[in-house]
Amino acid sequence: MNYEELLKELVLNDERIMVLTSENRAAIRNLPEQIGDRFIDVGISEQTMIGIAAGLALRGRIPVAHALATFLTMRAFEFIRTDVGIANLPVKLVGAVPGFLSEANGPTHQAIEDVSLMRGIPNVNVFCPADEEDMLIGLREVLLSGSPFYIRFNNLKSAVKHNLDFVIGKAEVISCGNDITILTFGMLLRQAYEAMIILESKGLSVRLINLRTLKPIDEEVIINAAEETSLIVTLEDHFITGGLYSILGEIFLKNNLTNNVLPIALDNKWFKPALLQDILNYEGFTGPQIAERIINHFQTKTDTIKIKSLI
Amino acid sequence: MSVLTKEEIQELEKKALKVREHIIRMSANGGCFIGASLSCTDLIVYLYSKFLNISKENLNDPARDYLFLSKGHDVPALYGTLAEMGFIESQRLQNHLKTNDYIYWHPNKNIPGVEFHSGSLGHLFAVAIGVALDCRIKNQKNKIVVLVGDGELNEGSVWESCLVSSAYKLDNMVIIVDRNHFQANIETERLIPLEPLEDKFESFGLATGSINGHSFAEMDRMFSQIPFNAGKPSVIIANTLRGKGLPSIQSRADRWFCNFSESEVESLLNELHGNGITELTSETLTVR
Repeated sequence: MNYEELLKELVLNDERIMVLTSENRAAIRNLPEQIGDRFIDVGISEQTMIGIAAGLALRGRIPVAHALATFLTMRAFEFIRTDVGIANLPVKLVGAVPGFLSEANGPTHQAIEDVSLMRGIPNVNVFCPADEEDMLIGLREVLLSGSPFYIRFNNLKSAVKHNLDFVIGKAEVISCGNDITILTFGMLLRQAYEAMIILESKGLSVRLINLRTLKPIDEEVIINAAEETSLIVTLEDHFITGGLYSILGEIFLKNNLTNNVLPIALDNKWFKPALLQDILNYEGFTGPQIAERIINHFQTKTDTIKIKSLI
Repeated sequence: MSVLTKEEIQELEKKALKVREHIIRMSANGGCFIGASLSCTDLIVYLYSKFLNISKENLNDPARDYLFLSKGHDVPALYGTLAEMGFIESQRLQNHLKTNDYIYWHPNKNIPGVEFHSGSLGHLFAVAIGVALDCRIKNQKNKIVVLVGDGELNEGSVWESCLVSSAYKLDNMVIIVDRNHFQANIETERLIPLEPLEDKFESFGLATGSINGHSFAEMDRMFSQIPFNAGKPSVIIANTLRGKGLPSIQSRADRWFCNFSESEVESLLNELHGNGITELTSETLTVR
């Protein structure tokens, strides 16, 4: 089953659900003939699409609105904040090709501040699935949650075998090591997993966490990682400001915690537009490069980072 | 053809006068956007009294009509009307700008009769399209009315909504332009000219008509013809005067947001009833 098939099933089983798009039909191109007048394409008008979604929600609908992640979260930002956020309406915002998935489109299409923007709006939650399987596991609950949700659309092949239990605000623990924690979300789970294999081959014990929802965030899993492992790596295809690294900082301050933290993110710059694998190579986000960055980090900080497996 | 009798028109005029009294009272102790409220008062009074199927009793009925106040800062006119129509107690308007209620410079949905919050211009046409689409899918005959300001037409999202409502042939929608000829502190035609305005809407695929927005007979004649064209949203350009009813502020660029003294309010209430012209000394708010 793919995203379109599951969405169709949800639409046909729940008359509240409607599908909207601002002429971004890549993932839903067969739906018009299958769901009839519950499919609405407004053309390239992201602002109007969000206003319409709010109006539909006022009438009891659950609108699922599709657009490219940048234009959805940025062009229509004030409509999301004002019509969806203030009113706390159950509008679901599906942002296509977020982060590195915009590939060779260039900076106009690079949604790498989308998490920051969406989580900053009261009431709006954020779901960042690691791949298509992960997205489908969470989709039903996210759509029926009653809250506004931003979904960082991701239909890549499965990076790992996922846990089928999905709870909003609960992370998926991929492995339970106790030296290094890698916190990640979205498509970089695959690279994180590859890095984990390399690190473990060098005798390090890795705790790999797929956060799934960044808002609400699983504080418990982060607090445990801070208390039980020696280094936390935040890995994200997002600007270093406002995303996972910032979320971690907020949780640490709130809980009076401290730890060694290595952020792997986009630091005050847009990334090199190219095909996905070439972006990862160029920006240093392949599995081996991530593993190397982590090893270099704790080797230069041997005075502060005590890796249990190496003592 | 107007079907209003002379008595009905007199009754509407009386009600509008009451609403204007409420607005004037809300223009002290913090003030309000009085000019834009007075320009659309007659329209809102007419809509609630003669055109819209909305009452205190049917607010939860999915088959009722809708009025979206997109310009938002004209909300004293709506609150005054809601008080006169029995949606809220008139006394409640004394809570204007108080923290114990939700009555402030822009609409809040906690007040019965308010469909949606606004204040950021160019939003509610789109929200209304969502409601209109749902009504149509459910084969309901609701009328969905949106009141926009003429200054608001600067916003690109209004024109997006024109394209989309036209594409979806939403003839269950009525867009009323409160054409009071002012932006905040400057005439529309001097800053960002809108004319020929009807042509603009027509070229976007909407059907238009224009009226004197202070004449109940003209309103009735025009609204009784809706939809103007099957398959097209209707636009009514209502030519109005900002500050209508108060010659001392009427069509004055500097009288946009006003915060009058208590004695000015008393004098303005007399002025509304045709007794004298108020000498205004309180400062006015200008954005340019």
